[in-house]
Amino acid sequence: MSELKRTPLHAEHVRSGGKMVEFAGYEMPIQYPTGIVAEHRAVRTNAGLFDLSHMGEFFFVGDGAGAAIDGLVSSDIAGLAVGQARYGLLTNERGTIVDDVIVYRLADDEYLMVVNAANIAKDRDHIQQHLPKGVGLDDRSAEMALIAIQGPRAATILSSVTDLEERERSIEGLPPFGVVRARVANSRAIVARTGYTGEDGFEVFVDNDRAPQVWSRLLAAGESTDLIPIGLGARDTLRLEARFSLYGNDIDESTDPIEAGLGWTTKLDKQFLGRDAILSAKERGPKRRIVGLEVTGGVARHGHAVTKDGTVVGEVTSGTFGPTVQKNIALAYVPAELAKVGTALAVRIRDRDIPAKVVKTPFYRRAT
Amino acid sequence: MSSVPDDLKYSKEHEWVRVDGETATVGITAFAQEQLGDVVFVELPEKGARVKQHSSLGVVESVKAASDVYAPISGDVLERNVKVIESPELVNQQPYGDGWMIKVRLADKGELGALLSPADYRSHIGESAAAAGD
Repeated sequence: MSELKRTPLHAEHVRSGGKMVEFAGYEMPIQYPTGIVAEHRAVRTNAGLFDLSHMGEFFFVGDGAGAAIDGLVSSDIAGLAVGQARYGLLTNERGTIVDDVIVYRLADDEYLMVVNAANIAKDRDHIQQHLPKGVGLDDRSAEMALIAIQGPRAATILSSVTDLEERERSIEGLPPFGVVRARVANSRAIVARTGYTGEDGFEVFVDNDRAPQVWSRLLAAGESTDLIPIGLGARDTLRLEARFSLYGNDIDESTDPIEAGLGWTTKLDKQFLGRDAILSAKERGPKRRIVGLEVTGGVARHGHAVTKDGTVVGEVTSGTFGPTVQKNIALAYVPAELAKVGTALAVRIRDRDIPAKVVKTPFYRRAT
Repeated sequence: MSSVPDDLKYSKEHEWVRVDGETATVGITAFAQEQLGDVVFVELPEKGARVKQHSSLGVVESVKAASDVYAPISGDVLERNVKVIESPELVNQQPYGDGWMIKVRLADKGELGALLSPADYRSHIGESAAAAGD
């Protein structure tokens, strides 16, 4: 795996017994010795620590940065106040999905966009093609680490090692999708109450050279409450239970936001790249839709065919056993007329059609 | 370190066989379940089915992926472990005990000669004899 890139936390993963695999050109831990199910449960009931340093960080500065991003991202970026973040989609002229991103407004004319690791170069090219003069894009992906702490105890643990620049504020008081500059484990950081697990949690951006210290201080601070590191395996089961899309599986440049169930991220009363195409897709009504499936008698996986009365009608884009819901769950594209909750379908697993049912998503929603 | 009990025979594909007269019990090894991770689904042949040495007899699925289980010996299935179908985690918890998969009436005892001894299986998985047993 010598040609693969490593995050600044590589040594920590190896020390913790992480099983390292290739992901998006990086050597990343898929799981630790506790195993995916235990890691998944730790995040749902307690707290888990994730290395997401492979993900991309683009900083935008300059007069008009917000308007420029607003013209490229599907959601309401112009409406972000300083200290707020929002999920959205980078879309192209055809109205299909270039990437899914979170945009953070750090100051009046300073924004951070977090993009998927596999899309860093593509997104940078795409954005630069459309960026007006006067707005700079600084791709800091290679120099910046991202550590997420997620789970019901995340706020308490993070708070114990964090100093906020504004004294009156607190980690516990940060609203969902809020973002602040802070010092975490004596390191300059950007802290946001965002995540990809369906639990309360935070994402902490720090420079690479500070990452090992932040990681180990957080682990130490969480030791008495059993904070454990979480690999990509549990990250996937957590996000799928919470029905978050995975770029490259559930969404890509062949899918539009409407059929992908991401219409809620598109603000169609503003202009942005791809808006007209998305609006017509919405008015036409999608031919296919992504649905949640519950499968009884087998585990559906990415690429499995979805069938109805023995005929292939669609395809599974993500599938797993959900450790919290204790069911085999999947996301799949099916014809719009078969997308109704309760529709009986099947997933073809090893040449057999295993019964599946369209169910409401998210599969898991935390009690609030 | 994976346990490799001394009273079993092993296949290179990481199944174990416990022979009792004409009957063989088959499961997957501790090493195999460690490699797989948390097992969440097990598919096994029904009673009366015939399994053939080196052919797939069923499937175990972990959270991450599906893997074939190969028959280490040929024969007719006398019983499949219903408990392991209901509680797949038994494969992780007790791979040589309650996590067994099927019992087979041996079709050809000569096939046992092609299986690995505990010592050979230990070296197959890269563990020294000193690390044997549990």
